[in-house]
Amino acid sequence: MPDSSQTPAISVRDLTVGFGEKNVLDGLSLDVRRGEILGLVGASGGGKSVLLRTIIGLIPPREGRIAIMGAESDYGDTAAMQEIGRHWGILFQQGALFSSLTVQQNVQFPMRENLEISQTLLDELATAKLEMVGLSADDGNKFPSELSGGMTKRAALARALALDPEIVFLDEPTSGLDPISASDFDALISTLQQTLGLTVFMVTHDLDSLNTVCDRVAALSGGKIVEVGPIEQLVSSQHPWVRSYFHNARARTRAPASH
Amino acid sequence: MSDPTLTRGVSPASLIASGPWTAAQSVSLERLAAALPAIDAQKKNVVIDLSGVEHLDTLGAWLLERVVRRYQLQHLKPTLVGVPERFRGLLEKIHDVNRRPPVPQPERNRLAVGLERIGRATAGVYTDFGYFLAMLGAIGASLGGAVLRPRSLRATSTVYHLYRVGWQAVPIVVLITFLIGGIIAQQGIFHFRKFGADAYVVDMVGILVLREIGVLIVSIMVAGRSGSAYTAELGSMKMREEIDALRTMGRDPVNILVLPRVIALVCALPILTFLGSMAALYGGGLVAWFYGGMSPDIFIARLREAVSVTHFEVGIIKAPFMALVIGTVACSEGFRVKGSAESLGLQTTTSVVKSIFLVIVLDGLFAVFFASIGM
Repeated sequence: MPDSSQTPAISVRDLTVGFGEKNVLDGLSLDVRRGEILGLVGASGGGKSVLLRTIIGLIPPREGRIAIMGAESDYGDTAAMQEIGRHWGILFQQGALFSSLTVQQNVQFPMRENLEISQTLLDELATAKLEMVGLSADDGNKFPSELSGGMTKRAALARALALDPEIVFLDEPTSGLDPISASDFDALISTLQQTLGLTVFMVTHDLDSLNTVCDRVAALSGGKIVEVGPIEQLVSSQHPWVRSYFHNARARTRAPASH
Repeated sequence: MSDPTLTRGVSPASLIASGPWTAAQSVSLERLAAALPAIDAQKKNVVIDLSGVEHLDTLGAWLLERVVRRYQLQHLKPTLVGVPERFRGLLEKIHDVNRRPPVPQPERNRLAVGLERIGRATAGVYTDFGYFLAMLGAIGASLGGAVLRPRSLRATSTVYHLYRVGWQAVPIVVLITFLIGGIIAQQGIFHFRKFGADAYVVDMVGILVLREIGVLIVSIMVAGRSGSAYTAELGSMKMREEIDALRTMGRDPVNILVLPRVIALVCALPILTFLGSMAALYGGGLVAWFYGGMSPDIFIARLREAVSVTHFEVGIIKAPFMALVIGTVACSEGFRVKGSAESLGLQTTTSVVKSIFLVIVLDGLFAVFFASIGM
């Protein structure tokens, strides 16, 4: 299917989003290609999460167009948005697991709501997803409040993958994890991306994730994407904000050699 | 899109899978995988050809894996051939999952389960009472500390809660008690009139409202309105580790969070009871006037004869105790909230149910007490 592989997975054009007087995103355009891992960086409070929440339809934009897999988002049409929503899975920053359901039931929830499958198969599939993200079947019987930070992220990822989405949105997937768990999680995202052919849109501050798993990185500053490309390109960028992001004291010890 | 298929191939021990093996086809796929084509046990090797599979996702891959495992259970050697390159990773990943058989839940005797539940519930009554006493003690200790060092009392917080549970509750409390006073008067007039005793409705309304109904209705409303808010607030603070944060800063959550709330409630409830009682008498008076034809002058004169200040005292003395019970239950239930949203809901419900129950029990005990001292 050469045609559909050329349309970007996510296409954002001239997006303006604001609250009250202030526009957080101001004429932002961004394409996420199919099958890539795109990392989004930006200042805290600079609108990264707003962009993510706008793409997934939680915040209506003031202007601009968003197309998912070539299908234009229409915020007025709930049914159409639900249909588009089946293309993606979302890993929220705090996991957002349903606290009254077990992990297993959390993973089963999207499948139960959207597919017609028997309970046995549901159980098997949920266990399969849990094992794919590195949890055991026993963990499935726990409640979200009994999980550690890393396990919560894994369980939330299993739920995001429940319907075999084409696009996965990750909101700071490695925040709050120790470096070992964080790099395990990066490796997991990378493997799953390859096995399942996912397109990953990742909001992150983790320079190691940007280095190791992201195919391209987009830098958001002043409500616009100021630079997008492979990490090397961003590291050598001349844009003042991007420069200071990749060349501050913390970044220097980690970023790949660029000079 | 065509349907997925799993059919016999040309040679007797070969199968051909084709079509989309994805979750969208779950119903027909599940049927396909369940109706496993029988393979002659003589043949050792079963070949499953996947070259015709157009799409594959986790569900399809798992069902294929299930077919493979079912044949393995029949001591056959199934192999997947013609696997398109793009599916290889997924199939390998799925090959490793669900290897451990699920741990069977031990069968349990129904009777034993029932008995256990009763036993736990009974023991739960004691633990609940323990929590109540522990919170009451903690409040007492904290209050003692506040008396010794008045500056440790959170005055701002107390005033704020007094505003919330006292001032903001006035309209609804007054409205409800006003209506209830009117209803009591109407019922009294309607039934007393049959034997010409409708003048005595004033005695009934006066005594009933001042001694019992005023404080009881107000307490129940406060338990539902403010007690539940206390439990939910403290519970969500507990969930978000705010209470732990306070502890680690060397601050006593009882002193900072509970004491101001309980003091506010203990101050507010007598005031609300007074206002509520007045509103109920007013409602009763209006109904007596318009429905019973008793002029306000007569109503007030009869009321003065019928009730003494003792009746008023009996009602108002109970109010701070009711408030203490409501506050203690609400706060102790709030601290018992665990991580989940469900637990927050459960404890809030428990808090309201328990405080209303205890308020009524306490009212009964007071009735016995006042009767025995002749009040």
